[in-house]
Amino acid sequence: MTIQQPIVDLSPKVGDEVRKTTCYMCACRCGIDVHVKKTPDGEKIAYIEGNRDHPVNQGVLCAKGSAGIMQHNAPSRLKAPMKRVGERGEGKFEEISWEEAYDIAASWLEPIRKTDPSKLAFFTGRDQSQSFTSWWAQAFGTPNYAAHGGFCSVNMAAGGIYTMGGAFWEFGQPDWERTKLFILFGVAEDHDSNPIKMGIGKMKGHGGRVVGVNPIRSGYNAVADDWFGVTPGTDGLLILSLVHCLLKAGKIDLEYLRDFTDAPVLIDADPASPTHGLALVDDDGHKLVWDKTENRPRCYDAEDVDIDLTGTWERDGITHRTVFAHMVDKYLDAQYAPEAVAERVGIEAGRIRALAAEIARVAFEEAIELDHEWTDFRGRTHKTMKGRPVSFHAMRGISAHANGFQTCRALHMLQILIGAVETPGGFRFKPPYPKPATIHPKPHCKVTPGAPLDGPHLGFTHGPDDLCLKDDGTPARIDKAYTWENPMSSHGMMHMVISNAHAGDPYKIDTLFLYMANMAWNSSMNTSGTMKMLSDKDENGDYVIPHIIYSDAYSSEMVAYADLILPDTTYLERHDCISLLDRPICEAEAAADAIRWPVVEPDRNVKGFQTALIELGAKMGLPGFVKDDGSPKFKDYADYITNHERRPGVGPLMGWRGNGEETGRGAVNPQQLDRYIENGGFAIAHIPENAQFYKPWNMAYQDWAVEIGLFDKAAPYLFTLWCEPLRRFQLAAEGHGERQPPDHLRARIKTTMDPLPIWWDATKEHDGDGAYTVTALTQRPMAMYHSWGTQNAWLRQIHGMNPLYVPTKIWQAEGFAEGDWAKVSSPHGEITVPVAHMPALNENTVWTWNAIGKRKGAWALKDNAPEVTKGFLLNHLIHELMPPKADGMRWSNSDPITGQAAWFDLKVKIEKTAAPADGQARPNTGSQASPVGTGPDALAWEV
Amino acid sequence: MTALPKSTDKKLGLVIDLDTCVGCHACVTACKGWNTQNYGAPLSDMDPYGKPEGTFLNRIHAFQSQPETGLAQTTHFPKSCLHCDDAPCVTVCPTGASYKRAEDGIVLVNEDACMGCGLCAWACPYGAREIDQAQGVMKKCTLCVDRIYNENLPEVDRQPACVRTCPAGARHFGDLADPTSDVSILVAERGGMDLMPEQGTAPVNKYLPPRPKDQIQAPVMGGDEDILAPYLAPVAEEPKGLLAWVDRALEKL
Repeated sequence: MTIQQPIVDLSPKVGDEVRKTTCYMCACRCGIDVHVKKTPDGEKIAYIEGNRDHPVNQGVLCAKGSAGIMQHNAPSRLKAPMKRVGERGEGKFEEISWEEAYDIAASWLEPIRKTDPSKLAFFTGRDQSQSFTSWWAQAFGTPNYAAHGGFCSVNMAAGGIYTMGGAFWEFGQPDWERTKLFILFGVAEDHDSNPIKMGIGKMKGHGGRVVGVNPIRSGYNAVADDWFGVTPGTDGLLILSLVHCLLKAGKIDLEYLRDFTDAPVLIDADPASPTHGLALVDDDGHKLVWDKTENRPRCYDAEDVDIDLTGTWERDGITHRTVFAHMVDKYLDAQYAPEAVAERVGIEAGRIRALAAEIARVAFEEAIELDHEWTDFRGRTHKTMKGRPVSFHAMRGISAHANGFQTCRALHMLQILIGAVETPGGFRFKPPYPKPATIHPKPHCKVTPGAPLDGPHLGFTHGPDDLCLKDDGTPARIDKAYTWENPMSSHGMMHMVISNAHAGDPYKIDTLFLYMANMAWNSSMNTSGTMKMLSDKDENGDYVIPHIIYSDAYSSEMVAYADLILPDTTYLERHDCISLLDRPICEAEAAADAIRWPVVEPDRNVKGFQTALIELGAKMGLPGFVKDDGSPKFKDYADYITNHERRPGVGPLMGWRGNGEETGRGAVNPQQLDRYIENGGFAIAHIPENAQFYKPWNMAYQDWAVEIGLFDKAAPYLFTLWCEPLRRFQLAAEGHGERQPPDHLRARIKTTMDPLPIWWDATKEHDGDGAYTVTALTQRPMAMYHSWGTQNAWLRQIHGMNPLYVPTKIWQAEGFAEGDWAKVSSPHGEITVPVAHMPALNENTVWTWNAIGKRKGAWALKDNAPEVTKGFLLNHLIHELMPPKADGMRWSNSDPITGQAAWFDLKVKIEKTAAPADGQARPNTGSQASPVGTGPDALAWEV
Repeated sequence: MTALPKSTDKKLGLVIDLDTCVGCHACVTACKGWNTQNYGAPLSDMDPYGKPEGTFLNRIHAFQSQPETGLAQTTHFPKSCLHCDDAPCVTVCPTGASYKRAEDGIVLVNEDACMGCGLCAWACPYGAREIDQAQGVMKKCTLCVDRIYNENLPEVDRQPACVRTCPAGARHFGDLADPTSDVSILVAERGGMDLMPEQGTAPVNKYLPPRPKDQIQAPVMGGDEDILAPYLAPVAEEPKGLLAWVDRALEKL
């Protein structure tokens, strides 16, 4: 039959109002349009889509962002402050008022502030308000503050900052418009979510080539034109082999190295000198280079200096040579030839050479030149901007190894060698970067009872004098950051806090205060052990860690282990600032920042954590949180965002300052947040055209940066291929200087803290003398962000299962079939888990999705949820300490330089085993009562 | 049985680039969000916090393949209704609920007339239809018919939710009956393909195949000559020689 077509409503109303705010479904910080409908039950969220005007996502939105409604209405949302009534881990709570919650918190915190503020350990996980939370901790006076960088990707951040004054992601991005070869090392699928996807799409549209270097060919690597399935932990060796090939062929940018890096800087070659191995400097401390015309050493930044990249200075029978000459010596060595590294990195020598050749071809045969005149810091004017259209990006895959700092440095050295940093077509910094390590703060740790700390907690060390040690040489911080064990731990070491607090090493604490970090579960190594430490009691029956305060929006595993819960809001109910003081959202051609604001009001007795911290701070009378009369200085976090000034005229937000016309610098503007809301939730300030490249040396950029308040005076600098802070620690280990490392660490410091990038096999110590031979990894999927939020009803239908993916070679050797299970063991533990076959995988690597497995009772999930039954964590196999040394010492499972948690050095053994009779993965971590019940039996969310 | 229109004025559809789709599922949840709120019954989720079974109009499948020679591949394959010219799901419908619009070729289900018999899902060779368990009606991609003509949306947003949100730009929407449309040009340039053409459904949606992969391979030696030269021809073997070459090279600049 033919039909009469029905009439379809082609123009339904999407909502009653569009409110523009910032997404928080991951750390990407995209702009979102939230369509709100007014219903008899109040305002409801009808639809969320990307904000077309926003600099980060330009209208697109990922799976997480588009599923934000299910995060906002999640049944796992906490409803009110709670105090524990059962034992730790049981999940038994009683709801209390905010007043009682603050009373309890103050009753623990006020006494220790008066006597010893370091008895508070305040760590803030995946915090996007670190400039505020650290300020609170500073006012309290404890040295024990950090966010999650130490267990995430500090190597990437610190490796970049120490080498070139910035790193990837929020620090910088490829020149997507112009790059022709993009090489992506070790990036989890979810990382820098939308910009990388947009960039890859853009590049492919231009006919550019995308190369993926990753043990796993999924996500970005699935669409990469070329895939290099590197063996985990060997990226550094692969990079140094590429460096070897390029150096040997002379495919390096000599002018760039000579003019903008420390390659021509002369290094002290006198073995008896206290500055042996450091740059030779003039009386004012300026680094010296050899001047070819004047035939003498001169300061590197003189306008007429005629720099000799290969110069030598003979003095007192000693020949001082340039950094470049040292590099040539090191990297021309045959140990870095492709043939020498191929087996180890798992890539045949011919393909390594072919990749080097492709880098050389694109960098030098397809070089580009923009017609933009610019003037450098020496006062020399350049008619054009030359570029090498090769760009790189990397993240945790290369950084979460014990050799990760040096590997990240190696990658930056590679891009600098070909002149592809801050040049057209290459990698570009985003404000407030570039910014050399030397103008960042140093770490502070001086504790005074009843008073603030002597300065910011986190910073960059440049030698032994900057370590956080007490007068007796013991660690000042509970996480032992900035000690001889990890001297350059710029982000702290959150993964060591619970273990150290439990052991009372270096000292006992009274209160552990955590925000947005699931430390009883996926954010800790040795999860089962950590759960025990959190609930362990001493001989008197008291908890070893006396008090635990936790703030989260959702009923996570960590909630069950806390004594006091401060319930946070969802991201649509809160104020936030995505600030230039913190982790901003800038673009290579613009400074930008953004806000979150309550697009709907909470329907529970919850508060944004930052507001709770302001109220708690005021209650305790912390400096900065109260007026002279003792009354609260800020009403809430929004009030702080508007009125706080970090330096005169510089506050959390750059836009619409003063009378509303000023950007960057300007007086407080009470209407500032309204102006952000009117503008779609963000502010943007474009960098002038002649300042958009060569920023570290470009005076037009430096002047612009000072004008908008990124820094107070121009700070041009040279890229530091030779990392002097590393060398200063090495010098100490060689016996120079007053502050000396303990003897048992001397050899390790000497070997690992080479001022030029090196590689060593960091997985070796995890192989149980050869018993564990398979490398094991996790990565996060594009559609789910571990325990950031809840188990989202839509997203968990995409990623509710996490089998262990096994490559063909092991699959066949073990005789696996679909539906099989395996026993996976490491020197530390054992798990029993379902397996799945994955051919597009490094042949000696297994992996699974991170943080899909959940504890029974958490997240308002039902007991039949696959995350609870078959889901698992690899964390049970990873210890926070290395296996014992011959002398009984156990070092932390971290990079010896930065303390970065070495998640990916794990080695395992995998054996086929019978499926457990109950069909459930092992270990069984017990269950917790749910303070919020479980979710509904059916959903059909129409408002 | 329900008749198909003899021809349609337009053939609106999607062109999906398998070379660029990273499998992020953005299209899946953007679709779920829009279509839960709009056309017909909301897309339900049964046991959403236990063992969930929800209705989706668009899903992504990931495939692993191991060619005889060369490296294994991962392909992400988004799949939704292909709005076929010869749609068997329409002709099989006993009530007339399933129909293809004469004006633009979009295949829709009139939920008021759908009795949830499931014949159409059985007839569809692509598995692109799902019965909603809460409502008992057949759900399928509407090509966001209530977005693409929606006068409450700015013109730039009048495209399917999946296309608007796709971060990699792997999804394109347009009129495939018009050879001058962007989508038709893309299909012509990139060798766009029908999914399972042997089924005779004449799908409107097209897939752009992945480009050849893994072209950076070990050099082929032609006699003694390495074809990578001059890119990697050594300028020196030893540090001293290299430094001397650097001096000469810098002199020339």
